[in-house]
Amino acid sequence: MEAAFRGGTAASATLVFVVIVAIAAFLVHKAVPALDGNSASFLTERQWLPDREPSRFGIAALVAGTIVTSVAALVLAVPVALGVALFVSEYAPPRLKAPLGYVTDLLAAVPSVVYGLWGVFFLVPRMQKLQEFLAAHLSWVPFFRVTPGEPVGGRSLFAASVVLAIMVLPIVAAISREVFVQVPQSHREAALALGATKLEAIRIAVLPASRPGVVSAIMLGLGRALGETIAVALVLSAAFTPSLRLLRAEGGNTIAANIATKFGEAGVPGRGALIASGLVLFAITLVVNVVARAILFRNRRAA
Amino acid sequence: MTVRLAAPTLPRWAPVALGGAAAALTALLVALTPAQGRAGTLVVFLAGYAAVLTVASYAVEGRRRAADRLARVLIAGAVGAALTPLVLVLGYTVARGAKGLTGYFLYHSMRGIGPLDTHGGIYHSLLGTLEQVGLAIALAVPLGLLTAVYITEFGRGRLAAAVRFVVDVMTGIPSIVSGLFVLAFWVIGLGQGFSGFAASISLAILMLPVVVRSAEEMIRLVPDSLREASYALGVPRWKTVTSVVLPTASAGITTGVMLAVARVTGETAPLLLTAFGFDSIRRNPFKGPQSGLPLYVFDQATSSARGAVDRAWAAALALILVVVLLYVAARLVTRRNRLGGTS
Repeated sequence: MEAAFRGGTAASATLVFVVIVAIAAFLVHKAVPALDGNSASFLTERQWLPDREPSRFGIAALVAGTIVTSVAALVLAVPVALGVALFVSEYAPPRLKAPLGYVTDLLAAVPSVVYGLWGVFFLVPRMQKLQEFLAAHLSWVPFFRVTPGEPVGGRSLFAASVVLAIMVLPIVAAISREVFVQVPQSHREAALALGATKLEAIRIAVLPASRPGVVSAIMLGLGRALGETIAVALVLSAAFTPSLRLLRAEGGNTIAANIATKFGEAGVPGRGALIASGLVLFAITLVVNVVARAILFRNRRAA
Repeated sequence: MTVRLAAPTLPRWAPVALGGAAAALTALLVALTPAQGRAGTLVVFLAGYAAVLTVASYAVEGRRRAADRLARVLIAGAVGAALTPLVLVLGYTVARGAKGLTGYFLYHSMRGIGPLDTHGGIYHSLLGTLEQVGLAIALAVPLGLLTAVYITEFGRGRLAAAVRFVVDVMTGIPSIVSGLFVLAFWVIGLGQGFSGFAASISLAILMLPVVVRSAEEMIRLVPDSLREASYALGVPRWKTVTSVVLPTASAGITTGVMLAVARVTGETAPLLLTAFGFDSIRRNPFKGPQSGLPLYVFDQATSSARGAVDRAWAAALALILVVVLLYVAARLVTRRNRLGGTS
């Protein structure tokens, strides 16, 4: 019985391992024929026409769109998320801490399709003026440039980034909060006893000790933003010639959203091409997540 | 000559008075410049308040106190900025979806609903979601529990390290990639075609790492003295695990499982590639395409049919209710947790 139990648990652990390896192998196996039939370079081609004769598709524009929207989302979300995390760990009265934790978790629990729906019908119309304002006055900011006469705003990459920012915020906030809370109370008290203000105590005692944790929280948020599919697919109006201009009304596209929107009409080579692009997304998120976990793990062991 | 022992500070009423001043300033700005809308006004007011307070504090209390006050205002602003979207998302969904969420809507499918019809419902997708999530639980929970037991109780060698790495890798898998996995492996590779069960596999892949992680954490929290007491009574190891360790950790594990269920219930992307979507009721999850609640929302949101948008909102509200119920239930179970875990 003892041996059987032990064997059973070992078998299930092995199964988890084998399934992942087998599935990864299948993914590569299905992607290869489509890649072979590609008449353009998969890495540099910007168009996505796998079902044409000859088939032409590449991930250059998609990868760029994925990274630009995710980074823009982080730029918007990280300051707010760190503010929330600091509020919960440093400023909030004890009675407020737990409810605030629940509320941020709830923000993370709302399904992404609901965020997408809300983004299209609520946010985008109300953001139009803001987007026009940004295009008119802040076009010197990188990626905010617009060509005169081109339609601005609407379901742009910027709108998608804002929705992504809202979705990434609770993850970054929750992990950073955990990291801040781990800093021993005595360190804060030592700083305060030396006459530091609250802000100085945070800057001297809390932030340096939690830097690795915060970096990995941001990277985990990045991983989430890179892979987010449905919200982006709903909010973004994808263009045939993708660009990286955040405020253009018909902007670019992301890998994940491209899979969701092209899958329904894809033929056999089309599906293979989408699987190949998914493999690239998998590789990118894998690197981001492994780095994030490595930082977090090293930090935890040192502590 | 008097010696001042304390640095000068702003009186307690100063923030309130300065808030009033900032409000007056904002009103003036809004009146003089073209109207900017409610959100714009609020932003102008907060920026004005932060500026006025910082300047006043700088003049009276010095640079360090001023920075501290500014930080407080900014952090409070961040909390407001984080809560606003939550309130708006939930509020707007209720406002748009409540009137569509009727008994008729719950008990009818989309079979035979043409592009001009405004009726139709979610029965088929609700059924699909229940079946898909139920099967995903049946796949992921036993496998995840056994794996967690292996890692914590038995695993020392290379296999445990490899499995732990794979679980870590799985945690970061984007949901659409899990859908693609199943598409390549099950739907196309093994020629099984689209089905609710294919969706269950992809949801189980997303659930598995969460289940393993939370079970692992909870099992590690079980005090060794409990295990030792059990061994001292001559209870074999497997029996100790099944009747001492797992029951002690059960509340925490249940919370982890329910949070994982709440998360995958709202997943749309994998369903798109595995269940594909279907307009009629299909009870058998193993054969043929099926709908699911999140997929239904997505389909209706991207449809140009009349009434589709209203159906999307009503279904979104139903989906939020399901997810929030699961979430609240998970939190209630946590209260029973005797181990005091944090997840």
